[in-house]
Order: sequence, then C-alpha cells, then structure tokens
Amino acid sequence: MIETLADINWRLFAIVTLNGLTLASLYFIVASGFSLIFGLMRVVNMAHGSLYLLGAYVGFEVSEATGSWIVGILAAGLVVAAAGAALQVSILSWMQGQDLRQALATIGVSIVAADLMLAQWGGSAYQIALPDAVSTFVPVPVAGRYAMARLMLIGFALVIGIALWLILNRTRIGMLIRAGVDDRRMLEAMGVNVPLVFVGVFAIGAGLAGMAGVVGGSVLSVSPGEDARYLLSSLIVVIVGGMGSIPGAAIGALLVAMAETYGLAYTPTYGIVYTFAIMVAVLAVRPQGLLGRAA
Amino acid sequence: MRWILPLAVIVLLLVYPFVVNSFWLVQIGGRTLGFGTIVLSLVFLTAYTGMLSLAQMTVAGVAGYATAYFTAPTGGVGLLLPWPVALVLALALATLAGLLIGLVAVRTRGIYTLMITLAVAMAFYYLTLQNYDIFNGFTGFNNVEPPVILGLDLGANLPFYYMSVVLAASCYLGVRHVVRTPFGLALQGVRDEPDRLRALGFNVPLLRVLAFGLAGFIAGIGGILNVWLNASISPGSVALNPVIDVLMAGVLGGIGHPAGAYVGAFVFTIVDNFAIDFIARERFNTLIGLVFLAIVLFSPDGLTGLVRRAWTRGTGWARRDRGGAPKTDDIGK
Repeated sequence: MIETLADINWRLFAIVTLNGLTLASLYFIVASGFSLIFGLMRVVNMAHGSLYLLGAYVGFEVSEATGSWIVGILAAGLVVAAAGAALQVSILSWMQGQDLRQALATIGVSIVAADLMLAQWGGSAYQIALPDAVSTFVPVPVAGRYAMARLMLIGFALVIGIALWLILNRTRIGMLIRAGVDDRRMLEAMGVNVPLVFVGVFAIGAGLAGMAGVVGGSVLSVSPGEDARYLLSSLIVVIVGGMGSIPGAAIGALLVAMAETYGLAYTPTYGIVYTFAIMVAVLAVRPQGLLGRAA
Repeated sequence: MRWILPLAVIVLLLVYPFVVNSFWLVQIGGRTLGFGTIVLSLVFLTAYTGMLSLAQMTVAGVAGYATAYFTAPTGGVGLLLPWPVALVLALALATLAGLLIGLVAVRTRGIYTLMITLAVAMAFYYLTLQNYDIFNGFTGFNNVEPPVILGLDLGANLPFYYMSVVLAASCYLGVRHVVRTPFGLALQGVRDEPDRLRALGFNVPLLRVLAFGLAGFIAGIGGILNVWLNASISPGSVALNPVIDVLMAGVLGGIGHPAGAYVGAFVFTIVDNFAIDFIARERFNTLIGLVFLAIVLFSPDGLTGLVRRAWTRGTGWARRDRGGAPKTDDIGK
C-alpha cells in the first residue's frame, strides 16, 4: 500500500518536472528576446507580451489557412519581427536613451495592441493544431508517457539557446551586438550603422517572441491576457537571471518555471508566492541578477 | 493672483453636488477623488523621490481587501470587526505593504524600479486569484459598504462625496506640506543627488523606504474610497489594467505636480465613462492608449504641463522655466 503510494507520487513528480521544463523552455524563448533587446538598447519593451500574443494569433491564422504548422511559425516569426522593427523605427528611435519614456511608450503600445487584438480575435481561447507527427505520446521513464509536442518544445528551446549563443559569440553580427552593449559610442565612431543594428536586434527579439507565441499556442493555448502573463514571466526571468544575459535568461527561466509548476502542483493556492520569493531573494543578494553585470 | 485658482477649486468642489445629477456626483466626482488619491501616491513618489512605482494600485488593493475582509465577510471568508478598527488595520496594512515594496525596490533606480514594482503588482494579482483562504479567489468580496456614523450614512451620495473631498484634500495638502518639511527636502535631495546626500550623512535607503511607506498610506486612503465606491473588490481590481490605469492617469495629468494626479484622474474617468459615446463600444482602451502614447510622445509633463506652458506664454510672465517640475524623461536620471 505504502509502496504504491510512493510509486504514484514519483510518477506525479516526474510529470510535474517535465511540465516545469516545458514551461521553462517557453519562458526562455520569450525572455531571451526581451533580454537581448534590453542588453543592447536599454529598452524595457513592455509590449513584449503583446508581440508574443500577436505571434500566436498570426500563427493560428496562417496555419489554419495553409494547413502547415511550419509555415505558421515562420510567418509568425517574420510578421512579429517586422512589427518589432516598426515599433523601434516609428516610436522608440525618437527617444533613444530615455529609457523610462520608452518603457511608458511601449506600455501605451501594449494597451492599444491588446485592445485591437481583442477586437479582431475576440475573447475565446484558440488552440493551434500541431502536425500529426508530433501530436503523439512517447514512453518516458518514471513518468510513463508524455506528449511528444512538449518534449519537442524543450528541444526547440535548446536549439534557440545554442543558436543565440553561436550568433552572439561566433559571428560578425554577434560581435557588433556585443560591442554595442559594451560601448555604443565607440562602435558608432568606428563607422558602424548602429541604428540599423538596433532595428535588427529588435526584429530578432520580437521574432523570438512571435515564434514562442505559436509554440505556446500549440502546446498550451492562446487567449487574451496571455500577453500580461508572458510580460510578467519575462520581467521576473530577467530580473532573476540578469538583464541582457542569455545564459541568465536560461537559468532564470528554469528557476521561475520550476517554482511556478511545483508550487501550483503541491500548494495550489500559494503557487505564485514561490516565484516571488525567488525574485526577492535574488534582489536582496544580487540586485543585478544572478548573471547580470553591475549597472 | 496666486490664490484665485485654489479658491476657484474649493468653491467648485463645494458647489459641485448642487449643479450635477447623482451620476456625475458619484461616478465622476467620487471616482475622480478616490482614484485620484491613488494616483496622487504615485505622483508623490515620482515627483519628489524620482521612483516610478507601478504597485500603487496594489497597495490600494491591500487596503481595499483589508476593508472588505474586516467589514464585509463574504462566503465564510473574513472576520467582522468594528469599523474604526477595520479602517485603522486597513491603513496600517497598506502602509506596511508600501514599506515592504519599498524594501524590495530600494536598491533599484528608474526603469528597474518600474519593472520590479510591476512584478510585485502582478504577483499580488495572481495571489488574489489563486488564494481562497484570505482573498476569496476569483469572487473576491461583495457588499462592502461605508459605515453609518451617528445616523449619517456615509454611503449616501452627498455624504460620500463630501467625505471623498475631505480625504482627498487632506492627502493633497498633506503631500504639499510634507515636501516642504526637512523629510520632504531630504527626499528631493535623494532624487537629485543621492551620492551627495549619502556623503552628508543621510540614510538614503531608509528615506526611500519611508517615502514608499507614506505613498502606501495615501494609496490606502484612495483604496478604501475605491472599494466603497464599487461596493466590491476582486482580483480584477488589482489586475494589470487597473495597475496601468494609475500610471496612465498620472502621466495624463502630469507626474511633476500633485494637482496633476486629480487632473489626470478626472480626464481618465471622463474618457472611461464616455468613450462609448464617441467611438465604438468597448474600444475604450484603444482610445486611452493612443491618448497616453500621444502625451508620452509630445508632452512628457502631461496636461498640467501643457496648461502651464500655455499660461506662461499667454501672460508672458518672467517665471518661465525656473527649474520647473520634473518631466517624464527626467525621472531616474
């Protein structure tokens, strides 16, 4: 009797852990874009959650119309990257260096965007259809069986993480971005078109949020209010992990998502408190975040 | 000349109930004063300490939830107490919440303060939504009524309006007074030159935390007025939208001057109530978002800033730009 109980609990534990990893992957993809944008431009993009939601809706429409999930995610990435670039060019570039005013402007944008998306897609929840190949269950040790799509999401996050690391550390564009983070003026003086780099980075960050929206909309679901949820998770992830650091975003996403998932599974009415406690603890010990550099 | 405007405002506030109907009295007048007091707490923090907090609606929500918990138990959640005790507790809890948020945010500046206070606000929202032991979850509390004192029902339209006027005026004058005291001057010193203040022997983190505590107290008063006006409180009252609404009203009015809080709250309430009449139903957020964006882009010191500039230009007084109030883009510098 006691043995079976222990058995059931281990299985639950394994499933909760996998759920946590899935959520961490999603948080990482969204927050890495947020962190990338902040790292280079010092812009706290309060409309990042809106970009996520826009990506999810665009992905839904395109995959419904074409019947292809892959086309959907690519279209969402491109459309949202364009939206992000437009945001940078049309509004943010006019107040470069005034970080608080930029944050306020993006808050305005997020309010308008949320309302227009509500007008267009209504209040109901959507689910983006996954390709048949991945909407299966695979056997997993201890947990029994687990959704293939969720495992794929974890893999997707790993690919994104490694790709970002390679781009930032092994390519010329990455070199430009890192140089811009360290000394923007010097980079400008060396003849680099810094505003263009800014637009590019904003597009990459926004595109990541858009693709995350499609993945999140397939594995979980899409509905109004998700923008606030992913903005919050991005904020906490980068506060914990350190603003502007991609490895920091990974660690932050893991900590936050695990705390949230275990919290919800084992103490349902106080789930959010753990996430919050982690944030406060990090702020008390390392105000710049676990892997952040002092401002 | 200087006393004309204040006198006009006082006369207007006193005569107002006799020239408008009950909708304008409570839904516009009462709401402007209660909501404006919450906005005032944000303006106080921003204008005099340089810290832009997004958690003021949350602190007001703490006071509102406490008032509801101790005066209007719903669904078996809550503990009925005499109203004076309940109100003192509500204000004490709001002040405490302000101090705690201050402790969390004290080592941050500018944009980081904004992010962390937003995270705090959203965490509180999800807590109220998930928790049934204290916050009664999704339902929240209903039938939260103001008390009846010596036969005077503070929930009736006219008494409620005058009570709101007295409380809002006290908060406004209180803020105007505090910023002239040594404490208030020290706060402004911390805003402008924290390093120098530190060198002079001031305890900068303590000053910042205390400012958050005072702002919490003010927001608490606004929160109590708000919960009485709505007669209910639920997670929706502390969700992202109301949290942002406080910031929008502040920026609309101008976060450089306490009067901007009430100007912003008034404009916001008007748009909130009448947006339906001049644009499609339910598109209120698009309208207010665009107005907010326009203010951020073109007049960082808000409507009061616009008026002040028009005023200086019109009268040609030599008081042009004598330091002036801080603008949105100066905060956190």
